[in-house]
Amino acid sequence: MDEVYDVIVLGTGLTECILSGLLSVDGKKVLHMDRNDYYGGDSASLNLTQLYRKFRPGTEAPATLGRDRDYNVDLIPKFMMANGELVKILTHTDVTRYLEFKQISGSFVYRDGRIAKVPASEMEAVRSPLMGLFEKRRAKKFFEHVQNYRQANPATHAGMDATITPMRNVYQYFGLEAGTIDFVGHALALHLEDSYLDRPAKETFDRIVLYMSSMARWGKSPYLYPLYGLGELPQGFARLSAIYGGTYMLDKKVDEIIYEDGKVVGVRSGDEVAKCKQVICDPSYAPSKVQKVAQVIRSICLLKAPIPNTDGIDSVQLIIPQNQLKRHNDIYIASVSSAHNVCEKSHYLAIVSTIVETSTPELELEPAYKLLGPIVDKFVDIVDICEPVEDGTKDELYISKSFDATSHFETVCDDVKDIYKRVTGHELILKQRTTQEQEQAEMAA
Amino acid sequence: MSTSRQQQTPQQSPAKLYQFKLVLLGESAVGKSSLVLRFVKDQFDDYRESTIGAAFLTQTVSLDDNATVKFEIWDTAGQERYKACQSLAPMYYRNANCAVVVYDITQASSLEKAKSWVKELQRQADPNIVIALAGNKNDLSARRVVTTEEAQAYANEAGLLFFETSAKTSHNVQELFYSIAKKMPLDMLANNRPRGTGPNARGIDLNRTPQQAGGCAC
Repeated sequence: MDEVYDVIVLGTGLTECILSGLLSVDGKKVLHMDRNDYYGGDSASLNLTQLYRKFRPGTEAPATLGRDRDYNVDLIPKFMMANGELVKILTHTDVTRYLEFKQISGSFVYRDGRIAKVPASEMEAVRSPLMGLFEKRRAKKFFEHVQNYRQANPATHAGMDATITPMRNVYQYFGLEAGTIDFVGHALALHLEDSYLDRPAKETFDRIVLYMSSMARWGKSPYLYPLYGLGELPQGFARLSAIYGGTYMLDKKVDEIIYEDGKVVGVRSGDEVAKCKQVICDPSYAPSKVQKVAQVIRSICLLKAPIPNTDGIDSVQLIIPQNQLKRHNDIYIASVSSAHNVCEKSHYLAIVSTIVETSTPELELEPAYKLLGPIVDKFVDIVDICEPVEDGTKDELYISKSFDATSHFETVCDDVKDIYKRVTGHELILKQRTTQEQEQAEMAA
Repeated sequence: MSTSRQQQTPQQSPAKLYQFKLVLLGESAVGKSSLVLRFVKDQFDDYRESTIGAAFLTQTVSLDDNATVKFEIWDTAGQERYKACQSLAPMYYRNANCAVVVYDITQASSLEKAKSWVKELQRQADPNIVIALAGNKNDLSARRVVTTEEAQAYANEAGLLFFETSAKTSHNVQELFYSIAKKMPLDMLANNRPRGTGPNARGIDLNRTPQQAGGCAC
């Protein structure tokens, strides 16, 4: 490894792998290291052996769970918005070629002690018990307003400029009930708490439009999921990076990030030193340069049946809005199964997660556990959500943010674009990569 | 078994096309990419650098019985250079229908590495995977350290196809891939296509715009 690189990337989480891939495609000489012997860092999907090594060191997985290789257990519960940024990055880089995707079969929301489906079509909306008849009419007007809103055309604003009008006032204007507001804000706009009500409405409009266009893309739910687990995503981008010359070293200790005159000059592992001009890393590689902004609890639950009251489907997102439990933050449940090649056929996986609010985080999840039916086993992780203290432009050390509590990858993509801009000095412009067919045609020519 | 080459066009009924994902494995610098380059483009480059740039190559092989096998060949992209078993992502050999595990007949350690790859495949890959062991650089027989007998005995024991090849002279290269094509259980795997391959893939094709544009949520 004693060589000179443009960029050294530490950690193979999704954020780092996308950046590594993009920078290699740009022609940068990239060295990518990870202290683990597997790809993915915090966004890895683990087989049974790795899962037990992490949560129950010294214990073997019981044989009743099935084969090691049948499992790809995600550590973070996230899905891809079908019309979101990650899908754009995947298609533009042609990383889709390495992966297969499947839909998440349904999205549900908890309301007044019951589980209700988030309508996936107009037919379902008409029949949905979530709103009364008159409220449905008001909601229809509201959604039309959101869909038709164009910032450049004040005639579509109904007198409310969404860049300055708080979302609360927009709801008021359309006379929506508290339950509907909860549904729109949490199940569609996917806000984790209610501070958005006092922020300008545009942000929430954009989120609603993203949700609806994602839903419209394939139906059923707005979410897609890679077969074999989320850990396939970083692996796909790592391959992209390798194909464009990126060098990979896994199971490699990172002992020191070396500075000269306050700027990064290299990375040391044992007595080897790799030189570079810039370092990109996840927060765990630079603990003294990050701050904790929140704590998240994630509980990986192993089930023997689909989550009750979700029509027996193979994959589910279930949102429990904070108001329903008198909390500040929503609780999310994300469930996948053997249909996505993440566990043995007779099992289902559900990750329950929320932002920690008390000193007894597991108790906070109790109401969610009750919705899951019998739980075979639980693996609980409480992790700090960290952010870099500085933006890296001073010392050339660019630190990504931890995976947050949101249910999708939009904030990850924001972080990728932001770091890319700071590292390269220009905006990320996604260029379509040549496809396999073009590649071979060129080679044959 | 060597003559039925890919350019053969089926005259009568169109040959049925079976597509398979083939992965290359083996220690760095044993000639994995060179074997593929010889097979796909019938070329050889003495000073080829480590693999950069190509994600996949495809090549078809016509079998005698009106069946054509199309290989989607995945090269390692050099990801195996350090600590092979770790640095190569499991995604790489996931869903592989067949594998060519390559060693260099002039490097004893490369056969050991090949054996560890075979073990890894037998542990993690599709149980029906067809594996071929290729002892490459057969043209350098003066520097040979791995005997044919030793490798053949191992291949027999592990249930692998076995060829000594030379990407440089093209010795046994077509034969290697043809034998794999012949060994593919076509009927059983007919519907089991490699991932991400266009309209026949099992999952959703993100590049495709779906016709269905269901109404909005509410």
